Amino acid sequence: MAGNTGTYLIQGASILGGEPADLLIRDGIIAEIGTGLSPEGQDGDVTVIDAAGLVALPGMVDVHTHLREPGREDAETVETGTRAAALGGYTAVHAMANSTPVADTAGVVEQVYTLGRAAGWVDVRPVGAVTVGLAGEQLAELGAMADSRARVRMFSDDGICVHDPVLMRRALEYVKAFDGVVAQHAQEPRLTAGAQMNEGEVSAVLGLTGWPAVAEESIIARDVLLAQHVGSRLHVCHVSTAGSVEIIRWAKERGINVTAEVTPHHLLLTDDLVRSYDPVFKVNPPLRTDADVQALRAGLADGTIDVVGTDHAPHPSEHKECEWAQAAMGMTGLETALSVVQHTMIETGLMTWADFARVTSAAAAQIGRLEDQGRPLEAGEPANILLVDPAARWTVDPFRMATMGRNSPFKGRELPGKVVATFFKGHPTVLDGELNTPYPHAAVEAGAA
Amino acid sequence: MKHLLSTKDLSLHNAIRILDTAEEMSAVGDREVKKLPALRGRTVVNLFFEDSTRTRISFEAAAKRLSADVINFAAKGSSVSKGESLKDTAQTLSAMGADAVVIRHWASGAPHRLAATDWIDAGVINAGDGTHEHPTQALLDAFTMRRHWAKLSGTPSEGADLKGMRVAIAGDVLHSRVARSNVWLLRTLGAEVTLVAPPTLLPIGVEKWPCAVSYDLDETLARGVDAVMMLRVQGERMNASFFPSTREYSRRWGFDDNRLRALDSLGMKDTIIMHPGPMNRGLEISAAAADSPRSTVLAQVRNGVSVRMAALYLLLSGDTRETAATPVLATAGTAHSTKESI
Repeated sequence: MAGNTGTYLIQGASILGGEPADLLIRDGIIAEIGTGLSPEGQDGDVTVIDAAGLVALPGMVDVHTHLREPGREDAETVETGTRAAALGGYTAVHAMANSTPVADTAGVVEQVYTLGRAAGWVDVRPVGAVTVGLAGEQLAELGAMADSRARVRMFSDDGICVHDPVLMRRALEYVKAFDGVVAQHAQEPRLTAGAQMNEGEVSAVLGLTGWPAVAEESIIARDVLLAQHVGSRLHVCHVSTAGSVEIIRWAKERGINVTAEVTPHHLLLTDDLVRSYDPVFKVNPPLRTDADVQALRAGLADGTIDVVGTDHAPHPSEHKECEWAQAAMGMTGLETALSVVQHTMIETGLMTWADFARVTSAAAAQIGRLEDQGRPLEAGEPANILLVDPAARWTVDPFRMATMGRNSPFKGRELPGKVVATFFKGHPTVLDGELNTPYPHAAVEAGAA
Repeated sequence: MKHLLSTKDLSLHNAIRILDTAEEMSAVGDREVKKLPALRGRTVVNLFFEDSTRTRISFEAAAKRLSADVINFAAKGSSVSKGESLKDTAQTLSAMGADAVVIRHWASGAPHRLAATDWIDAGVINAGDGTHEHPTQALLDAFTMRRHWAKLSGTPSEGADLKGMRVAIAGDVLHSRVARSNVWLLRTLGAEVTLVAPPTLLPIGVEKWPCAVSYDLDETLARGVDAVMMLRVQGERMNASFFPSTREYSRRWGFDDNRLRALDSLGMKDTIIMHPGPMNRGLEISAAAADSPRSTVLAQVRNGVSVRMAALYLLLSGDTRETAATPVLATAGTAHSTKESI
């Protein structure tokens, strides 16, 4: 026995948007998948879930989440952030390293990992900082973080670019020793000093300092060449420009081992929204133009961009209720990602639900080297499963979210798709669209012992 | 009009209405008793997050001539410098009963935040925000140009626009809220605007603006201009590689004595030279140009008070209708007897 997480029979779910089937979940795995499965004759209690009209997907995996703990528990905690993740359909998140203290030692990444297990809503996989204190001067103890209980594989100074080319080269080389990946926040710092928004037609009118596309593209171009030169693995965080998509496409054609992510907000919103000067639209990298949005969608659809990453960045209200220039950068995203991707990619005909599963789960788990996540919905696989009602419509209300952050740029928008249930290791963390209970790690392990 | 935040969203109708009202206000300044009772009992707060003595005293004079109570709130030395947020400051002013807030802020968009949020219900006048807009400056510039343009054609200023007037604006457009506000307003009023600047001091995206762009001041002058507006070069730009040296800047983009003479030799006897002040004499404008009869620098300052009176009056008089100018003239003519009608 792998422990007791109950037995669930999901009846009539459309598997990846295809034919309806029944899934029997027992002891944390998908025990059986087929048609006409019956609760009769199963051992113990079976909870039956009528999933007619719902789409079954592998639990989503976020490659880019800010959980803020330790240090900024007024913005988010591991508990609240992972509740939001479960409600958004996630079964794993990568917690970015820019906490206080920075996640640049085995001690801090183990702390975050432990908090994640105690919360029990999703797998929390800490991201380790590339450099000590995110200062961009000296490599952090990447090996120690990789060997820790947190088994860190993704390293990033996210929020700050590893702009020193020698340091970036060394980081890329070094992580090869433990199959790690460097996730780069591509932002040339000198070209973006004081930057407030995308540099272009709108910034010219608004008088806000521009964040030019070339500041992202030039770093990506350099980094893919470095990754090629040293034969390592590069991940590009939150790609935001059409030019970046072109460079990554070029790199992939040359066989360079690069993966890339796009955020839901960059798939939908443009810098026109900044005309309101409402800092809820302030984010880094900034919202770009409609041409960029279209290129990002095309890049995600054709596989140039591998994954959707939320860059979920909750902030306390006082950091947004102020002048634009004073405001913090970032938006919440965990509880809206599925809906925004359905709206921008599926309802536009650019992707299927099977593609959705690839970009929100399988490819993300592969980048983070998460063995138990992003698996196919097949018998014998871990039961990390999401049930979506694709016909549902809802209006975004940040005050009804589980995240502590109220800074959703989608506030007031009507979006499609609702998470009905999330199964994490065979346990329903979300049922009927509401939080259920966390995965009982301790009880399960005691049962297994 | 509830707020005056930018000239970009100012209609031709409202622009003309402000300028016409300013003409009426200007008449008050010529009288022995330079005061109207129009805003008696109303409170105007000058909320300045950035030092600007000129703009502040201009608004103060305008409000006082309309009999408003004026509170000057300089962010330096106040609770703001101790970290009080704009929201708390605005709510404090609201609690104190401010009817209008004149805000100068180093952050682009700060006036928009005041107007868009429920922090304060008062009318908001943008007195310059970051590198975004400075609408009353553009209005006083337009007022000055309109008087000049009307005088040349022998027609009254009232009701007139700037159709056909050729205006060159030269200098640091990138960081200039004055340039932005002028481009939108002058276009609305029908003038033809040419921006002249080093390419480093023009914003990416300027090609979408409703104006011509040139890198060559001499060529622009030679094509003919009716007004040349020189923009101030800020000290902090000088060491940030926007241009190689102040001397090179001055030679290529400054209004120097040679260019002053060129206006004469090109036969442009009626072309005026404008500057929003404060001037860097010898850098963007030579002393001879600044002091020449063509210079409207002091007229601009004088007109600034009239234009700000008009803005305050239109915001606070309770007239939010999109109608023709209110009968301020009657008020101006019988200042002591028309209180009831306001």
